[in-house]
Amino acid sequence: MSDLKDFRPSRRGFLGLAGGAAALSLSAPAPARAQAISTKAKIVILGAGAAGTGMANRLVERLEGAEITILDGRKQHWYQPGFTLIASGLKPAGYSVSGTGDWLPKGVKWVEDYAANIDPEAQLVTTQGGEKLAYDYLILATGLSLDWAAIEGFSLDQVGQNGIGAVYAGPDYAEATWRAMDAFTTKGGVGLFGRPATEMKCAGAPLKYTFITDDYLRRKGTRAASQIIYAANNEALFSVPVVNEKVKLLFTKRGFDTRWNHILTGIDAGAKTAYYKIPEKRVLNPDGTVTVTGETTTSIAYDFTNVIPPQRAPKVVRESGLSWADKWVDQGWIEVDQGTLRHLRYPNVFGVGDINGVPKGKTAASVKWQIPVVEDHLVADIAGREGTEVYNGYTSCPMITKIGRAMLIEFDYKNNLTPSFPGVIAPLEELWISWLMKEIALKPTYNAMLRGKA
Amino acid sequence: MKDMTLETLIAVLEEIFGRGLFWAMVAVAAVVTAAYLFVLIRDRHLSARKFLAAQLFMPVGAVAAVLFVQGVTSSGFADIGGPIDWIVLLGVAAMGAIGIAILVYTVQALVAGKSRQAD
Repeated sequence: MSDLKDFRPSRRGFLGLAGGAAALSLSAPAPARAQAISTKAKIVILGAGAAGTGMANRLVERLEGAEITILDGRKQHWYQPGFTLIASGLKPAGYSVSGTGDWLPKGVKWVEDYAANIDPEAQLVTTQGGEKLAYDYLILATGLSLDWAAIEGFSLDQVGQNGIGAVYAGPDYAEATWRAMDAFTTKGGVGLFGRPATEMKCAGAPLKYTFITDDYLRRKGTRAASQIIYAANNEALFSVPVVNEKVKLLFTKRGFDTRWNHILTGIDAGAKTAYYKIPEKRVLNPDGTVTVTGETTTSIAYDFTNVIPPQRAPKVVRESGLSWADKWVDQGWIEVDQGTLRHLRYPNVFGVGDINGVPKGKTAASVKWQIPVVEDHLVADIAGREGTEVYNGYTSCPMITKIGRAMLIEFDYKNNLTPSFPGVIAPLEELWISWLMKEIALKPTYNAMLRGKA
Repeated sequence: MKDMTLETLIAVLEEIFGRGLFWAMVAVAAVVTAAYLFVLIRDRHLSARKFLAAQLFMPVGAVAAVLFVQGVTSSGFADIGGPIDWIVLLGVAAMGAIGIAILVYTVQALVAGKSRQAD
């Protein structure tokens, strides 16, 4: 320890250090921000969810004098990535709930109503209350509609009883789902999971909830007397091939019984039975002939199930003429360029979030990457320039595989894995650090995005 | 993550702890650090005895930090899945150890008052 005694910092040294620290904090990067552009443009944003709110906060920073109106009748803002944690008994329903108005910046007019009509030719949005909002630019951030009515025999008031869960339905339903899942895992039995055949938000969520239910069965010692069935809508568990293979391995390891090509059509809550359609299948034989197996139906009995309905664009969007005419015709996602997110027929219309007719990107993390792209092209258009930002399809899914572990899966349009921390956090490994990120860092990152800060 | 700038990081940390708590914690950390530097300069040496006592608290700080992180994240040692997890665990432990050592040293020095000689 003798050399430590030679450590004799001086008072001047201390002052120097303190001064240095102060200077450092003062000179902390003034964020590189382009000067605000003056404009009288009328911008209407449909929807004040993650996409609409984040967008509004960015545009307020970038534009001076623009008339920005955001239309949403919902007073509650829902942090949807939290639903899985609520339905896993780790967070209360309130974890996902805040006020829509809490996040909206000054300088944006919030009309508390829903759109009844969108007329892209007349550049006019009419609210359900009859108010007419003319626009120069329209940003669709409506999110999507959960088509519960498409599941025959199911209604939301069943959630929480008789082994019926519906994680997607909202914070309170997620909490009710936890009650049903908790009761099920205490007793054991058949847990039945699956996903709809439409595009869906966070395609990893159905898998996560399967893993988490399995984890609870194991923790409570009831797994041996139980069966986990996953009814996949097609012949894959995940759209990204390399992730699909990994999830298949995990399903085998965890002893899940996977059924392929099962599309949920109905539920009999009393009989605890789910009904499925198995679509017609054509197989090309080696001799060149084709074997056709006609459409069939089947049923599976369960003790607990998580119902996820088909997902579509909201009716007002499907009726607006903005949807693709030849793609996703039963779902109605809007016809945007997948790089610029600009409408292909109406260049003053943009889409952010779930509503976009692009192959990937229905997650909050995607929204975070889409906002700067739409911001760039819209502001550039106002300034009379061309935008340069391109959305590459970035989508992220912290795939929880048990309470305490997750795989931080990130990918793009081309099914490339795009890890944020290459060489540090392996995307296809079940890691504690990925769980920590989901648990601690995700909501703050999301909130920062809402405020236009991330 | 799209861009991880200092501003984003601060915004995220503010959201994790709440703006008030985050800056209060920054202030506490700054005060403790400043107090530590103050006693070092005031006493003009690093007291080996106080440093030894501080070191004895390091394992306590390390264990406490790890258990705190596991507690708030509903996870445990069984969830360690790969090398990076061990690094994170050791990092958390190291921060707890160093934090408590600085705190204990500073408290001792402040309580003991000004000392001129090496003890």
